[in-house]
Amino acid sequence: MADSRKLGIIVNPIAGMGGRVGLKGTDGKEILARARDLGATPVSPARTIEALREIAQVADSIELVTYPFDMGEEEARESGFDPTVVGSITKNETTAADTVNAATEMLKCQVDLILFAGGDGTARDVCRSVGQNVPALGIPTGVKMHSAVFAVNPRKAGELTVRFLQGEASLCEGEVMDTDEQAFREGRISAQLCGYLKVPYEMESVQPSKSASFATPDEKTSQDLIAQCILERMEDSCYYILCPGTTVKAVADKLGVAKTLLGVDLTYKGALVGSDLNEQQLLKLIGRKKAKIIVSPIGRQGFIFGRGNPQISPAIIRKVGRQNILIIATSTKLSAIGLGRPLLVDTGDEETDRMLSGYTRVVTGYEEEVVVKVSS
Amino acid sequence: MTGYRAVTWNEPLVYQLGRKGRRGSAIPAAEEQLKVKVGDVLSKIPEAMRRREPANLPELSEPEVVRHFIRLSQQNFGVDSGIIIGQGTCTMKYNPKINEALARSPKLTEVHPLQDSSTVQGILEIMYRLGKLLCAISGMDEFSLQPRGGAHAVLTNARIIRAYHELNGELEQRNEIVTTVLSHPCNGGSPAVAGFKVITLYPDPETGIPNVEALKAAVSKHTAGMTITDPYDTGIFDPCIDEYVKIIHEAGGLVAIDQANANSLFGRLRIGDVGADLCHFNLHKSFSTPHGSHGPGSAPIGVRRHLSKFLPVPTVEFDGKKYRLNYDRPHSIGKVSGFFGVIPAVLRAYAWIMTMGAEGLHETSEVAVINNNYLLGRLLKVRGVALPWIKSHPRRLQEARFSLQQMKEETGVGIDDVNRRIVDFGIQKCFTSHEPWIVPEPFTPEPPESTPKEDLDTFAEVLRQISQEAYTNPEIVKEAPHNCAISRIDQSPSRDSKKWALTWRAYLKKHK
Amino acid sequence: MTVHRYIPNSDPEVKKELLDEIGVKDPEELFAAIPERIRFHGPLDLPHGMSEHEVRRLIEGLLSKNVKPDEMLSFLGAGCWPHYVPAVCDEISSRSEFLTAYTGDAYSDLGRYQALFEFQSMIGELVAMDAVTVPTYDWATASGDAVRMAAIASGRREILVARSTSPDKLSVMRNYCGRLAEIMPVDYDHQSGQLSLEDLKEKMSPNTAAVYIENPTYFGFIENQGERISNIAHDNGSLLIVGVEPLSLGLLTPPGEYGADIVCGEGQPLGLHMSFGGASLGFIACRDEEPLLSATGHRLVTISTTECRGEWGFTYVLPERSMYAAREKAPSITGTGAALCAITAAVYLSLLGPNGIRELAETIMQRSNYAMKRLSEIRGIKAPLFNSTHFEEFTVNFGGRKTIRNINQALIKHGIQGGKDLSKEFPELGNTALYCVTEIHTKEDIDRLAAALKEVLK
Repeated sequence: MADSRKLGIIVNPIAGMGGRVGLKGTDGKEILARARDLGATPVSPARTIEALREIAQVADSIELVTYPFDMGEEEARESGFDPTVVGSITKNETTAADTVNAATEMLKCQVDLILFAGGDGTARDVCRSVGQNVPALGIPTGVKMHSAVFAVNPRKAGELTVRFLQGEASLCEGEVMDTDEQAFREGRISAQLCGYLKVPYEMESVQPSKSASFATPDEKTSQDLIAQCILERMEDSCYYILCPGTTVKAVADKLGVAKTLLGVDLTYKGALVGSDLNEQQLLKLIGRKKAKIIVSPIGRQGFIFGRGNPQISPAIIRKVGRQNILIIATSTKLSAIGLGRPLLVDTGDEETDRMLSGYTRVVTGYEEEVVVKVSS
Repeated sequence: MTGYRAVTWNEPLVYQLGRKGRRGSAIPAAEEQLKVKVGDVLSKIPEAMRRREPANLPELSEPEVVRHFIRLSQQNFGVDSGIIIGQGTCTMKYNPKINEALARSPKLTEVHPLQDSSTVQGILEIMYRLGKLLCAISGMDEFSLQPRGGAHAVLTNARIIRAYHELNGELEQRNEIVTTVLSHPCNGGSPAVAGFKVITLYPDPETGIPNVEALKAAVSKHTAGMTITDPYDTGIFDPCIDEYVKIIHEAGGLVAIDQANANSLFGRLRIGDVGADLCHFNLHKSFSTPHGSHGPGSAPIGVRRHLSKFLPVPTVEFDGKKYRLNYDRPHSIGKVSGFFGVIPAVLRAYAWIMTMGAEGLHETSEVAVINNNYLLGRLLKVRGVALPWIKSHPRRLQEARFSLQQMKEETGVGIDDVNRRIVDFGIQKCFTSHEPWIVPEPFTPEPPESTPKEDLDTFAEVLRQISQEAYTNPEIVKEAPHNCAISRIDQSPSRDSKKWALTWRAYLKKHK
Repeated sequence: MTVHRYIPNSDPEVKKELLDEIGVKDPEELFAAIPERIRFHGPLDLPHGMSEHEVRRLIEGLLSKNVKPDEMLSFLGAGCWPHYVPAVCDEISSRSEFLTAYTGDAYSDLGRYQALFEFQSMIGELVAMDAVTVPTYDWATASGDAVRMAAIASGRREILVARSTSPDKLSVMRNYCGRLAEIMPVDYDHQSGQLSLEDLKEKMSPNTAAVYIENPTYFGFIENQGERISNIAHDNGSLLIVGVEPLSLGLLTPPGEYGADIVCGEGQPLGLHMSFGGASLGFIACRDEEPLLSATGHRLVTISTTECRGEWGFTYVLPERSMYAAREKAPSITGTGAALCAITAAVYLSLLGPNGIRELAETIMQRSNYAMKRLSEIRGIKAPLFNSTHFEEFTVNFGGRKTIRNINQALIKHGIQGGKDLSKEFPELGNTALYCVTEIHTKEDIDRLAAALKEVLK
């Protein structure tokens, strides 16, 4: 590498502590205290060191920027780095705010990548702070890991970081999800879409090129091609329910319609009818007209319905009909979920889930589709 | 372990050799009378079109040219030199030398393709006969020898599928081809070049083959057909192939089956019997013609009777007395390459089939499959090696795709490293997989029927040794090769336009 | 059956050892994956196998039904030309290390990568372009690839092609274009044969991706207007593709110097025996720019260095572009091309050198011009039809009396193979054939042709 690269490290020292002792996450002082009482020990530091050891091989050409104590400094030194330490924290009493501040600091330092260790909560905090202004990658240590921003394991996180800093990995947008607290209180597991991070991604063996081309379109171009394909198919006398996500947003962009990134919008005859709608509003607006859903898989496991788009209720799905659901996803997205792995549905209604299950086509490009399995 | 030492000449580029003024040729001058009669022909070339500077070609004497290229050949690795079992899907079998000798006959080499057919009856007959033999082997009705490689053959078949639907007035409606991701990439790529939209099926994670339900979901009134490789490059035979054919036919489409992996099927399965409408063979794979350092190859396509009319022109026909080239085929898709095909390969393949005969072909597929399954068993005993889909498919046909994922996770040594290490032993590297890598850290050996048992054992033994190295002293593998003509190549020009140079002149400009 | 000489493990003892290790008794069990309902149980409808001696007799017997090449004086060209092939070319192309290798890396296969790079370098010099791809099957398929490249790189969909291009080539181009591009013809001047610049300008549009011309043209003469055509194309934001016959470049200005963006051509004249049209090589060269290179599906071999100073290494550029990686996203098909032919061509050009190729081109022109002169002296013959400068091929028009078919049939009786019949491909040229004269034709040969034609036309 010609120029030195800056890598930001943020460790959430308490992420994952709940899991070992059967707790769902460690957000909040109360739950953290309970975890400690139950004998939980930190998970993140060791995993961070595992990842950093992979990166240590190219330590000479990387400047490490991190937060004090066990939010990164200790782990970095332990792995053989001599980091630049920014910010200040109270040891053993770190909170979500510290993660947010750390990320903000890293952005200010103009790091090339933020490598964070934690779970969905940590990802949410990083996302809140920097959004898509700087690439980020998660070392998986938390209990809740619905977000599509984590590497498969700490070692892979390290490897991918090295590749990215060497210019050999491209960026894909990954959903940041977190527990739908409301649903959780009602006894359901549901995740809500909090936002997006730009995450390095490397398809198995194919090293993406730096510049997009006909054969190797980058994520944006792929989404554009998908959007073009969808547009050509759009029917006039049909409502289009546009689900969350950047790929669906690309369709809206092509239509020339403003779309909310995280919400469900409705169009008719090429114009926006309503934004960020809930189930009731959707049903009211559509009335008895024909409607189609345009949806893209969300999260690490590739949920079509059930995570991040609760507005699309079983009622709406049944009204629209299976054959009127258009699933779109870039090949990169499908690869991240796992080639050949099924996409998932969890609408809360068994019959609807059954109706959706089976094999279906997914638009992955202009004249390209793949057939994937949908399971509940 | 094998005692191999690579030939290392440190041979400069031809442009770095020789000396100004040297030459390796003498051009026969035209007779004086002739020259007088025509005068100064060069002055007839318009000023703007006259080359100002002589072409910058090397200036070497004949012996220098010979030495240079002989040295290069010594630093190349062919089937004749050593073990190339690792190159699966390529079917690196022995290329019989008698076929080489016959292909060099001036009665073939000095013949122009457009000569009057009365003067080339011999070659036409060989072409005709090969077509008939391929029909007998495949169960198809007619062959064209024009395509020159597998991707070219699939392109040709895709164009025929288009022509078929166009004739039926359904081309606009039928614009989709279904394929599977474990079929050779050209099964998706060539139809796209031909103008189709491509729908790809993924294998079921349990079985390694697509689920029939997936195909049903892919098929509609827009289906023009299906392109699929069977057996797959993973060595798995898709037993649902005839069911796929039925589904596609019911939808009104045609099926083209890529027979690149036919080495395991000789005498066991005729692809026409499963209902294929089109197929192709790679003569440089199952049919023993040499690979030529990556070409020329040859890939005849076969069709059922109802598609004959679309075959590229000309076809070779026999009226009972004479052979001729028939251009009068109004529904033909036209041409996919100049002239008629790679005729030297056609001759070699014909000679090979006649040498082997029915029993020989039967023995070919038998031993190829036995070799592969023997090797499979031995490789599974190597630490770090696993066979994907082993529960559903513990045995394979002519090749098998393994995974070194376990070794990678436990030692950090992966297939790229192993491939750079194996050449230290005088063994060719393994073919990994086409993209995308469904199987992580893949490698795909294929020991054709011409492989002696000793080679199978050596290959397995060397892999075992490399595995041991990976688990005890991984640096040896990661920093390989240690025993080749060159050391680790700098890959950075791969993606850097300021560094890459496809010609010497480009190199000089960028690296002054 | 007896142990087969090509199949070492067909020895029953060895076979049993292998089967035992696998754990099966009957090899049939290994084919269990093939369902019984589609199994073929043979025997194949093929004859019995043969010994080497029998095979030799068979093939040689068949080939002897061909007329002996030295008994036929041929003046055929049209995409496959008769040239002298030096013995060194045969020697190197039959080296088994080259012949029987396939796809190793440069560690084990340094030789083929280096030879290929040297080939690319020489083509680059001949056509004056810095980037040359790994070659494809032949000129026709190379032109198909070039056309796709232009459409993809420019984002436009029309290709303007000179009407004087061979219909066979156009057919291949169309099969390659798919729905990506449409081929539209541009007229040529009926006197000179040169591309009609008026028609070209009229047909140029915002949708024109490229203009494709050949030099020399299919009819054998030199296209003089390269630079002007290039300007017209570039002014319109279109690319210029030039198809060439490489030996002519010993004398002619290379297309890279008159504005070509992509050059393609036929490598058969470079040390490859005609082989009934079965030995050919399509080369493609272009400006060394990423947008163009990204638009080709061919492999691109670059020189590189290694860890050891002073060593050359070789690797691929933008490998994810080729069909092996990109599948249906690839710009064009990628496959087993014509590597051995390229290595042979590298040998041929190394032997020729700058002086050799110039002398060769000159002697070819002298001989073909002599032939044109001699034939024009015969009543009823106009040779060439077009008043431009010709290289090694030229049109010969025979007026209205006898068809080309009849003339050629009559010539055969004289032991002469006449030129390609163009009358069906180009009815506007009437009774015209395409004759080819190269360095292998002596004055005596040409005189003999003239005498025979005179006889035939009586």
